Amino acid sequence: MTKTETYARMSAAIVAGDRDEARRLAEDALRSGLELLEVVEQGYLPGIQKVGELWEQGEYFLPELISSAEAMKAAMAVLEPALNRQGAGTAMGGKVVIGTVEGDIHDIGKNLVASMLQAGGFEVFDLGADVKMERFIDKAEEVGAAVICLSALLTTTMMNQRRLIGLLRDKGLRAKYKVLVGGAPATRKWAEEIGADGYAENAVAAVKLAKTLVGRA
Amino acid sequence: MIETRKPKLELLSQALVERIVDEGLTLLERLGVLVENTEALALLQGAGASVDRATGQVRIGRKIVEAALAKTPAILTLYDRTGSRAFTVGGDEVHFDPGSAAVALLDHGTQSERKATTADLVEFIKLVETLEHLHFQSTGLIAADVPSPVADAFRLYAGLCLSEKPFVTGTFRVEGFRPMKDMLAAVRGGERGLKDKPLAIFDACPSPPLKWSNLTTQSLIDAARAGVPSELIGMGMTGATSPTTIAGTLVQHVAENLSGLVIFGGSPSSFDMRKGTTPMGAMETMMIDAAYAQIGKHLKLPTHAYMALSDAKVNDPQAGFETALGAVLAALAGVNVVSGPGMLDFESTQSLEKLVIDDGICAMVYRLLDGIAQRDEPIALGAFEGFIPGMSFLTHPNTRRWYRTEHIPAGLADRDPYEAWVSAGRTSIVDKAHTDVAKRLKAYAAPALPEGIRKDLDGIMVAYGRSSGVEIKPAREF
Repeated sequence: MTKTETYARMSAAIVAGDRDEARRLAEDALRSGLELLEVVEQGYLPGIQKVGELWEQGEYFLPELISSAEAMKAAMAVLEPALNRQGAGTAMGGKVVIGTVEGDIHDIGKNLVASMLQAGGFEVFDLGADVKMERFIDKAEEVGAAVICLSALLTTTMMNQRRLIGLLRDKGLRAKYKVLVGGAPATRKWAEEIGADGYAENAVAAVKLAKTLVGRA
Repeated sequence: MIETRKPKLELLSQALVERIVDEGLTLLERLGVLVENTEALALLQGAGASVDRATGQVRIGRKIVEAALAKTPAILTLYDRTGSRAFTVGGDEVHFDPGSAAVALLDHGTQSERKATTADLVEFIKLVETLEHLHFQSTGLIAADVPSPVADAFRLYAGLCLSEKPFVTGTFRVEGFRPMKDMLAAVRGGERGLKDKPLAIFDACPSPPLKWSNLTTQSLIDAARAGVPSELIGMGMTGATSPTTIAGTLVQHVAENLSGLVIFGGSPSSFDMRKGTTPMGAMETMMIDAAYAQIGKHLKLPTHAYMALSDAKVNDPQAGFETALGAVLAALAGVNVVSGPGMLDFESTQSLEKLVIDDGICAMVYRLLDGIAQRDEPIALGAFEGFIPGMSFLTHPNTRRWYRTEHIPAGLADRDPYEAWVSAGRTSIVDKAHTDVAKRLKAYAAPALPEGIRKDLDGIMVAYGRSSGVEIKPAREF
């Protein structure tokens, strides 16, 4: 099989949401000594980009989106360690800390955004749900993240998004991080009101926004 | 006289009902439910369930479920605040209550949602008190100006002071049960009185898939001890927190409900695969509800559902058709407690105008349930005696005898000829409802509450505040 054909199969596996095939092809790529950065950029990423397009066209819905993101995750799980050893890991894009805010256990949307961000080339640190606001900051500091993403589904827990920005200011860290907010009650207006750097309505938009904010659009 | 048939809807064949129940029981035996409450784990273990104390996973054998079912009443009776009016919750009796628990109110003036306040809560309760076709109240609005630790009990406090109707309610915190139960007991003159004549149903929601949280399990246990009925509100979202097929969701719903028992209720829904939201107005949602109600009846349990509500954000055609479809399907399915009127925007918002419009929908639904009666013997031949071609029935004695019984008033529905509608100002039903809200609130008179009981309720509310670390004074708004 030619490289072109291999890359096409990798894209297809992502578009089909076929986790096993995506992982298998990644393992084959490792074994056959292919140029790993190229494998990601010409093999897998086009697949995830196609998925984003299909979503925007109204052809793909949440089940397909999540399956494709999982397939991407599976491939990256194989390739990332090797990429990091080569020192090419950091070229993969910024680090993102994401989680659902304190007092809120909703996580379906947040998980999807995390998967899509990872699929989009970010290194994602998913803190889970019901996360204390201080922990977001601690983790971001620890890993040197560029972006903090906060999800909240309730009008009550949404207040914690505002709190985090306040905490960053108090610690003199506001300028260090891009803060994105999301979740059902959040809006662009809310993001502006609390001084966040952005708001995205869904996972596909979130990835686009994150890329723009870290200068990779 | 030929007996009048009550219209009924059964979506599932008996074979499918039995199969779904069987698989639900199998799920409970094989997979079980996760229970995050230590006392419940002990109780379940004592009853013979297979409990993993470390993880909280409980597998329940079908013999245990069947024994519990045999002890669960098929019918319960709720009483109003005076204790004299009884409401049968069971069989095919249908009672509507306003959808609960909304955090927002649709403001008619701005046509926007805003946080609800105590003043709104007071108007909401008063309005529902005047609406003839909503037999029960619910603690349907959460007042944002009330400290959140006591928000659950405050709604009931206000409700008991302002209304005589039975309540559908629930706790937000484990600590909330005691003061709420005390308030109900105060109204009844004691715990014994409350057990004899229940005044409220407490909602408890399992967390799909197959989990019972600490708060909701505790509510079930506390309510059972106090003799207060519980309504189980499972809310699988198809393809997200329950299987995507309707039949599959029903299997999970059965498992979750049977693991808790009492009133077979719910708020499951279809899951929108584009927006990630839970459309209560989707036809699939209503079908799930009607079907599990059928299953609940097969199991001889009283039933409840979240139907007769809409996901629309304003009182537009969507609000109308979703609510009406749901109300009709709920009634035909014989759902005993239908929570929904007044509600918009994925169970988050109440609208006073919508409450009035929905009351009118309920009136139509009750007319449907009354069916088509024979009325006279013979049916009509008597009315044709002395018939002359071209005769009008307007002045016929038969018409005078029956027209008011046979045909309900139009209510707010527009029946004007076009020109009359124009001359009257081209008013929409929403505007008419708005005027009607004001009229009803003005006409509202608080049903007399003995002063001693009011003082007791004040005392319980103040004490709950103190024990929760917030200051609450006896309400001046009511």
